[in-house]
Amino acid sequence: MRHRSFMAGAVLTGLLLLAAALSWVWTPHSPYDMDLAAKLQPPGLQHWLGTDAFGRDVASLLLVGARSSILVGVIAVGIGLAVGAGLGLLAAARRGWVEELVMRLADFTFAFPALLLAIMLAAVFGAGLVNSIIAIGIFYIPTFARVTRASAQSIWSRDFILAAQACGKGRWRITWEHVLPNIASVLIVQSTIQFALAILAEAALSYLGLGTQPPQPSWGRMLSEAQTLMFQAPLLAVWPGVAIALAVLGLNLLGDGLRDLLDPRMARRR
Amino acid sequence: MGLFLLKRFFTLIATLIGASVVVFLVLEILPGNAAQMLMGPDAAPEAVAALATQLGLDQPALQRYGQWVGGLVVGDLGTSYVYGSPVRDLVLERLALTVPLAVMAMLLTTVLAITAGVYAAARHNRWGDVGMMGLAQIGIAIPNFWFAILLILLFSVKLQWFSAGGFPGWTEDAGGGPLPALQALLLPAIALAVVQAAILARITRSAVLDVLREDFVRTARAKGLSQRAALWGHVLRNAMIPVVTVMGLQFANLLAGTIVVENVFYLPGLGRLIFQSIANRDLIVVRNCVMLLAALVVVVNFVVDLLYAAIDPRVKASGL
Repeated sequence: MRHRSFMAGAVLTGLLLLAAALSWVWTPHSPYDMDLAAKLQPPGLQHWLGTDAFGRDVASLLLVGARSSILVGVIAVGIGLAVGAGLGLLAAARRGWVEELVMRLADFTFAFPALLLAIMLAAVFGAGLVNSIIAIGIFYIPTFARVTRASAQSIWSRDFILAAQACGKGRWRITWEHVLPNIASVLIVQSTIQFALAILAEAALSYLGLGTQPPQPSWGRMLSEAQTLMFQAPLLAVWPGVAIALAVLGLNLLGDGLRDLLDPRMARRR
Repeated sequence: MGLFLLKRFFTLIATLIGASVVVFLVLEILPGNAAQMLMGPDAAPEAVAALATQLGLDQPALQRYGQWVGGLVVGDLGTSYVYGSPVRDLVLERLALTVPLAVMAMLLTTVLAITAGVYAAARHNRWGDVGMMGLAQIGIAIPNFWFAILLILLFSVKLQWFSAGGFPGWTEDAGGGPLPALQALLLPAIALAVVQAAILARITRSAVLDVLREDFVRTARAKGLSQRAALWGHVLRNAMIPVVTVMGLQFANLLAGTIVVENVFYLPGLGRLIFQSIANRDLIVVRNCVMLLAALVVVVNFVVDLLYAAIDPRVKASGL
């Protein structure tokens, strides 16, 4: 059952990556070319998913839009993972006031949801993809810090760490050689789940006009453009949402499946 | 209990002060010259300097921070650069929409999630469970603003049961009233709640399953209690700790969600105010709204901590 969800997740995530990769070399039409004579066409042979208010091909826009989602996911998760896991490992290795400081900082950052951070950055520096990536990345730091610290702490209490200490290995060497490899699976699973959340956050920010800026296609902005045309072309408001939901569903299923495959004890408990 | 409360209260105050420093640094120090931002890059230097003096921006940063925080404590949030009216009045007017919307959404979330979570746990690994968790998995993957758009497509465009957006107001003299106002908030609340409920239902299910394996549940069943009575009478209360924790965290998402969903339904709430203020470069409004939302998140999490103690006496006893 669980392996089935892993497979479904892997297939959907594979399709997302394939769509983004394919869009670099081929799209049915150019996503930037406007053709006002062919605006708001229904789905057909010429335009598989129809055209938008500027006559742009919706299928092509969706393919290229996958790139923005993946870009935001990779960089934001990268920021959260690099800084958050680093802080979590530091907290678990040093304990004492360092741990207390890191954890209180993590608590504190929770007060600012990614959207609030993005709003602050947009108010000061203007809206844009880079600011939304930074906002999502910063918001992820405490999540990764907490997960890493909790997992690393349980590794630090194991006998093989004691043996490593007895061999004369230092704190940082033990962290690098023993703790990190043992918590890697937890971090991989967490990264997959945060990737899915980043796609949702990017879509929301782009929908609000704070994320990806024109003319770069993005699923969130396609939805905000479609909303003004709901009475004339309701399907325009359906496709980008289906793309977002399938991408997020795929990554979530992949994360759940990986968790069960990498930690069978969790699977038995469910 | 006293120590527990004191510790939590101290953390609350420290977090609020920290949040105010971050908001002030980002929105007051980083932009450099707020007067220049407000007047645009082509404004004459004399005019910019005059506006800076008028807004008190020529004073040292620490003094301005002190004045702002002092104002926050007594409810004086300053005057909007653009509207020319007190920020407090603007915010209160918008909160009259955003707070009822968030509360409605949270109530709906709780009812939906607990019902679905307990239903699934009671039918563990049977079709009811698999179906419910499949629905929850889909619910988690759907962006709330897209779900809102789908609701508009179905109930406003197709069936024409609800208006596609706007808010008639709470009072009858403005053409609204409590009933039309609640009706206008119903679709936005459902859009917010369904996605949040999907997450909470999964947490409820696994928490209930954990408690169902405890010995005291077997004892309760052995003394003749029906499964339903044991579930609602004994299991649910013991399963509430993780559920309440996630509810606290979800409230932050919910507030962020209201900002987005208000934009979908063109509701004149706090979210719309923030966006209009960003567009107008009205930084004083943005600063106070962001601080208010951050403070709400922090205070709700404080209340959640207190709720733990009420739900589980072990938390109180350990003096966490």
